[in-house]
Amino acid sequence: MIAHAIFFYVFSIIAVVSAIMVTASKNTVHSVFFLILDFISISCLFIMIGAEFLGMIMLIVYVGAVAVLFLFVVMMLNVAQQKNQWFVSKDSSRHIPIGLLISIIIFFELIIVVGGWKYKPDLFNFTKSSIENGVSNTHSLGQVLYTDYIHVFQISGMILLIAMIGAIVLTFRQREGVKKQSYLKQISRERTEGVEVLEVASNKGVKIDD
Amino acid sequence: MEYLDIILQESYKILFLLVPVLVSVAMIVWLDRRVWAFVQKRQGPNVVGPFGLLQSLADALKYIFKEIIIPASSNKVIFILAPIITMTLALIAWAVIPFGLEQVLADINVGILYIFAVSSLGVYGIIMGGWSSNSKYPFLGAIRSAAQMVSYEVSIGIIIINVLLCVGSLNLNDIVVAQKEMWFVIPLFPMFVIFFISALAETNRPPFDLPEAEAELVAGYQTEYSGMMYAMFWLGEYANILLMCALGSILFLGGWLSPIDLYPFNLIPGALWLIFKILFLFILFALVKAIVPRYRYDQLMRLGWKIFLPLSLTYVVLTASYLFYFNLLPTI
Repeated sequence: MIAHAIFFYVFSIIAVVSAIMVTASKNTVHSVFFLILDFISISCLFIMIGAEFLGMIMLIVYVGAVAVLFLFVVMMLNVAQQKNQWFVSKDSSRHIPIGLLISIIIFFELIIVVGGWKYKPDLFNFTKSSIENGVSNTHSLGQVLYTDYIHVFQISGMILLIAMIGAIVLTFRQREGVKKQSYLKQISRERTEGVEVLEVASNKGVKIDD
Repeated sequence: MEYLDIILQESYKILFLLVPVLVSVAMIVWLDRRVWAFVQKRQGPNVVGPFGLLQSLADALKYIFKEIIIPASSNKVIFILAPIITMTLALIAWAVIPFGLEQVLADINVGILYIFAVSSLGVYGIIMGGWSSNSKYPFLGAIRSAAQMVSYEVSIGIIIINVLLCVGSLNLNDIVVAQKEMWFVIPLFPMFVIFFISALAETNRPPFDLPEAEAELVAGYQTEYSGMMYAMFWLGEYANILLMCALGSILFLGGWLSPIDLYPFNLIPGALWLIFKILFLFILFALVKAIVPRYRYDQLMRLGWKIFLPLSLTYVVLTASYLFYFNLLPTI
């Protein structure tokens, strides 16, 4: 049990410190790397409480895909200009009250939820679908998700799909004058239509591209 | 005291797994160059040791004694971390590969997800190396590889779902045992082909080696690296290739099972069968490298998103409905 506690504290300290470093570090790219470290240590915590499936999905989805896209965007920014100077510069100090307000709201929400769960456990039906012993984590998760909560699950999938389509519609625009490559045309090109022999008059030249 | 014993025992196990993996990575580099040479009617490395077997050791010695140059304008911490991360991620995935029913370092419930997660983390070594070099070519290479690896991960994930539908467990040993009657390469042959091609893209092998395309990007994300750090990228890459071959043989070629369950074949231990299958897949990798010309970048993206993704999704629907209507769904 001691080893368990030691690992728990190591991972949670790393998680908290890296979460602080995400906002505090000067370089935006470093912030993203700290965010990744945070995700990894949280997934380690998930694995430690026996939620192995959640931990692995956290790694695959957040670290393997979402954070890569974050990095992708952040690296394109000019790092020299992007030095985070939240606490120093006059301009950005007006963001701090709003940020504080939001974090205080989230903090109180957490207190309400965790406190309610701790002191009034029978308020919500958490224990409705009890976890059976001897059944793997993935299996029991699937059984809850695809039986009792199938409609909620489908609706959340639809919401994600709509968000994706919305993002595509917002950024999609038809530009004129852009040359596109048609694979079928490229493959089915023959020599007879690719090469043309022209009689060029002296000092006239030929227009080849129109 | 008790913990110390456990730690010592596990360290021995890890050592006996990692040393053979590292040695075989060195040998596989030699094999790769040899196959490549034979396709082009050359001899390949054949001077150092018998058949040139010690060529990789000679190369490693050369890399060790070269100076490590860290560019002045680079982001030094991340620059040094990048090859270390590549190497570590390539090695830790071997913890769950089963070499037999009992011969596995960590027999965890979510083995296949673990391998998938670790291989999806592999992109970080490349991105970090490319960005921290603070140079144009490495950065372009890193961006290319980020897009490429994320796209091909999607189709690999869906192919894995295909296999899992037939198995009903995420444990790698269960996946192998489920193929006792028939290897999954027979019912899921199209998926095997797509998996093989996606694995090529995932490990940045030719014809998908856009991140290091030497004709356009010098050496891509490795341009600024030298000495041992370059060698670590190199080793990590080949360890990743071996891992993908191992994953392919576990998912489709029956892992450590012998092809025929008859007397003389039963005597060969399962670990050897797995090694044979890995070697078979690796020689295919090497042949592809020698034969196929490099893809253009837009063709690569089109192949991943417009061809492989719909195909593998369709196959998931087909597999699921076949299993459902013929009542073949695995009971858990």
